[in-house]
Amino acid sequence: MEFNESFILGCSAIGAGLAVIAGIGPGVGQGIAAGHAAAAVGRNPGAKSDITSTMLLGQAVAETTGLYGLLIAMLLLFVKPLV
Amino acid sequence: MGQGMQPVIGAADIDFMVHGIFSYELFGQTLWITTTHVCTLIVMLLIVAFCLVANRAMKHATEVPGTFQNIAELVVEMLDNMVKAVMGKNATKFANYIGTIFIFILISNISGLLGLRPPTADYGVTLPLGLMTFALIHYNKFKYQKVSGVLKGLCDPWPIWAPINVIGDIAVPVSLSLRLFANVLSGTVMMALIYGLLQWVAVIWPGVLHVYFDLFSGAIQTYVFCMLTMTYISDAIGDN
Repeated sequence: MEFNESFILGCSAIGAGLAVIAGIGPGVGQGIAAGHAAAAVGRNPGAKSDITSTMLLGQAVAETTGLYGLLIAMLLLFVKPLV
Repeated sequence: MGQGMQPVIGAADIDFMVHGIFSYELFGQTLWITTTHVCTLIVMLLIVAFCLVANRAMKHATEVPGTFQNIAELVVEMLDNMVKAVMGKNATKFANYIGTIFIFILISNISGLLGLRPPTADYGVTLPLGLMTFALIHYNKFKYQKVSGVLKGLCDPWPIWAPINVIGDIAVPVSLSLRLFANVLSGTVMMALIYGLLQWVAVIWPGVLHVYFDLFSGAIQTYVFCMLTMTYISDAIGDN
């Protein structure tokens, strides 16, 4: 069966939209990290700078999976590997 | 855009791709000088200019530092302290390298403010940065843990785990470089969409987004890249 280009582009756009759903995970994960960091600062305000840097590091690592989803979406939309 | 398709309104103005400036032949291959090269060069010139001025200022350093000497000392001290906080007694060996990549990535990331396309929004820039980290990790692993220690680390719980550990090792530079690349690229794409699609509506207020995408996100990603590099290297060195 032969598909025309518009059909593939449309499906790529749907795929890109689905790929960006990966952003839910990092959102929840970063929120949890930030919440616990806030609680930690409340308990021990003296360690604020240490807690902040640990939180940022953990959040950045948690963000990676979401960024992979974003990259897939970018590839589908702009590099168009399927066309 | 495909042939015979009507482009989306304004879509022709969206532009965040790397452009070739001119091509040349080398060993039968066509290579391109792209906008990334030019932007990297501008970033490098900025850093070199700062270094030259700092060098002159330091030659005539005074006991009570002047404004510029103060700034230079502040930067160096901040970077040294950052490395020392993570690497402890190994800090002196790596402070120069970490400081160099920190300044380079930081200036690259915030070069979006100057209207450049950030060099770090090109995977060809971030992958070498990740590979340098990878080389440093494994050089130090072999130097400090010896071959026996490396083999022991490879067969961590059981020898059958070795392939998974190898994949884990290879994933380090890939995830490091992709994290930096995707973060900077997403900011670049977002700004290009805003300027491309909103046209005359996008005046003044995108400055707020520039502060977030270029300054905040760029600084955080720089910090994270250097932090992770340092953590991995300290891990490779071990406790001995």
